[in-house]
Amino acid sequence: MLLSKGSRSVNCLANKLMTLEKKTSLALYSNMLKIRLVEEEIASRYNEQEMRCPVHLSIGQEAAATGVGFALTQKDKVFSTHRSHAHYLAKGGDLSKMIAEIYGRATGCIGGRGGSMHIMDPEVGMMASIPIVGSCIPLAIGSALSDTLDGNPVVSVAYLGDASIEEGVFHESANFAKLSNLPVLFVCENNLYSVYTHISERQPPRLITSIPEAHGIPMVHCDGNDIEAVYASTLRALDNIRSQNGPFFLLLDTYRWREHCGPNFDNDLGYRSEQEFMEWKMKDPVEQYRKKLLAKKIITKETDLELTDNIQKEITVAFDFAKNSPFPELETAINHVYA
Amino acid sequence: MKNNRSISFGEAIREGLLQASEIDPSVIHFAEGVEDPSAVFGTLKDIGKEIGQNRMIEMPVSENALTGVAIGAALTGKRPVISFHRVEFAMLALEQIANNAAKFHYVSNGKHNVPLVMRLIIGRGWGQGPEHSQSLESVFAYFPGLKVVMPARPKDAKGMIIAAVEDKNPVLFIEHRWSHYAVGDVPQNYFSTGITGPERIKTGDAITVVATSYMTLEALRVADALERVGVNIELFDLRVLRPLSLEAIVESVKKTGKLLTIDTGFRTYGIGAEIVSSVIERSFEFLKTAPIRLGLPDHPTPSSASLIKNYYVDSIMILEKISQVVDIAPSVLEQLKKSIVNERNNIPIDVPDPFFKGPF
Ligand SMILES: Cc1ncc(C[n+]2csc(CCOP(=O)(O)OP(=O)(O)O)c2C)c(N)n1
Ligand SMILES: [Mg+2]
Repeated sequence: MLLSKGSRSVNCLANKLMTLEKKTSLALYSNMLKIRLVEEEIASRYNEQEMRCPVHLSIGQEAAATGVGFALTQKDKVFSTHRSHAHYLAKGGDLSKMIAEIYGRATGCIGGRGGSMHIMDPEVGMMASIPIVGSCIPLAIGSALSDTLDGNPVVSVAYLGDASIEEGVFHESANFAKLSNLPVLFVCENNLYSVYTHISERQPPRLITSIPEAHGIPMVHCDGNDIEAVYASTLRALDNIRSQNGPFFLLLDTYRWREHCGPNFDNDLGYRSEQEFMEWKMKDPVEQYRKKLLAKKIITKETDLELTDNIQKEITVAFDFAKNSPFPELETAINHVYA
Repeated sequence: MKNNRSISFGEAIREGLLQASEIDPSVIHFAEGVEDPSAVFGTLKDIGKEIGQNRMIEMPVSENALTGVAIGAALTGKRPVISFHRVEFAMLALEQIANNAAKFHYVSNGKHNVPLVMRLIIGRGWGQGPEHSQSLESVFAYFPGLKVVMPARPKDAKGMIIAAVEDKNPVLFIEHRWSHYAVGDVPQNYFSTGITGPERIKTGDAITVVATSYMTLEALRVADALERVGVNIELFDLRVLRPLSLEAIVESVKKTGKLLTIDTGFRTYGIGAEIVSSVIERSFEFLKTAPIRLGLPDHPTPSSASLIKNYYVDSIMILEKISQVVDIAPSVLEQLKKSIVNERNNIPIDVPDPFFKGPF
């Protein structure tokens, strides 16, 4: 069991323990790249004002979602937050249905009822995205309880941002998950901010690592921008969970590049420094991995361009699909108030 | 300098909060991002610089606990103002609000006071959908012991936020985000409107209309349009949901014999339901037509703009309802509708209407 003793160095030892197959490396890279390009496409088209809902982009955080999503099986269940695009795509989500949802179309994954903040698609295990901080966490615990009662070997994932740690419901959920030894993976993406407020203005200077520990939940703390580390740590966590050791906590350090909500950069506002941003940009998860794969000759400049091109084509298809899809019929607004 | 000048509702809130905080050192503030570049939609901007950062307390994303903290501070001599970007986030704090804030004075046999202001911002638009655009005022208005206010116009925004801070009770101060943009004349000096009941903002005998919050602005547009064709409605801005004072509205209904209520929230179990029943109890024999309630239909708010075309009450809807019980020639009605449509100038239904500029 990997139980951090409050040290930040438990770290990425996991990734040293395995070498990835080429195929896996490529898949991880290609998914990160896809998330990056999709989010950038949303950002660049947002000012057309056809995506008429708030969007919280995951640019800079692609490795966290991808590493976790790829380690999960199709049957595992994911509960996400307001920042859910990457989680959905990494869980095998349908890009066209996601873009259509953001465009408010009938063909969206929930018919345009939720928009970007409510991406859900139970068919691929994307159970829900809830834009109320911490609100999805107990749902993942309940889902794990249900599968445990039925004897299903399924893991439920609760994605949370660093701000969720401040909500009572997180601690109540952690307590119950551990008490009941439930197959839950807590994935905390620590991007240091809640909207414009740095974590040091919201939490005392203790490490987040001490919190799962206090709840008796084993954890791994890892560089959330290192895709192989995230992937390996998640596999390890899942191993532990599937051996019926109860919940596990992954703490992933990462950084959001754009504004909290919306398509723009916002370093000019002054709540974070350009220098901090640049430091994190140096740790670009996509670029780092691109370099690594080039060095290992798993990709070449040509195959990389080709891959980018293919993803871009897929994105164009998805946006065309969304924009050509019908809006939901007005009369259907009243449907599904009750089952 | 002129005492009155034209500022927005949002600026009026900020001015009121700043002046109240300067006058009374026991005022302290809590909010998420209290000092951030947005500072709760500008309403707390730089207040910390004026009154001291120690009185601007950054609230971790812990709504229930911090509401309890604010109540505890209120019990012991402070006047906390806790601001929420959206009413939904305050739902996490419902336990503290309902069990503690609303009950302390009563249960302690008057020994405790909870002079607390909770600012809850409601709103709509830009596809914010089911969990970021609810109007939950009737949830809070349910509890005796809470005061619940919903200003609509800039002057009231200032006068009522000051009244709320001065009050000895927990006041839930509910602001519609679209009202924030409304501009109107607001005195520069420190003044309080008190937490006092409805204000008659149009006098007439055609029908009594009672609106809350942003709906007051939509109703005002209708009142102005009707005035141009010689129909005068009596329009009340309810302002205070609890304690509910209906005297003036009852008197008005005795005069007009007709009543229309307009909620920002759900029609069923809405504020209109309470007003209609309470007013009828006291004016039954004066009614000439059945009262009408307008509010949201019985389903959550979908994100897609295409699903909300008939969802929100607007001036056209209000005008149509009024025309069902007030004599307006069909041609005149059509012409009025056209002029409102023109005024709206095709702005989409999911962005605020820039039309609402005072003087109110
Ligand atoms: C209960 C609640 N409080 C406040 C908010 C407003 N809000 C939306 S996102 C957000 C920041 C959350 O930060 P974090 O959990 O770290 O996620 P990140 O945005 O960084 O991905 C806040 C405070 C909310 N949605 N729900
Ligand atoms: Mg964060």
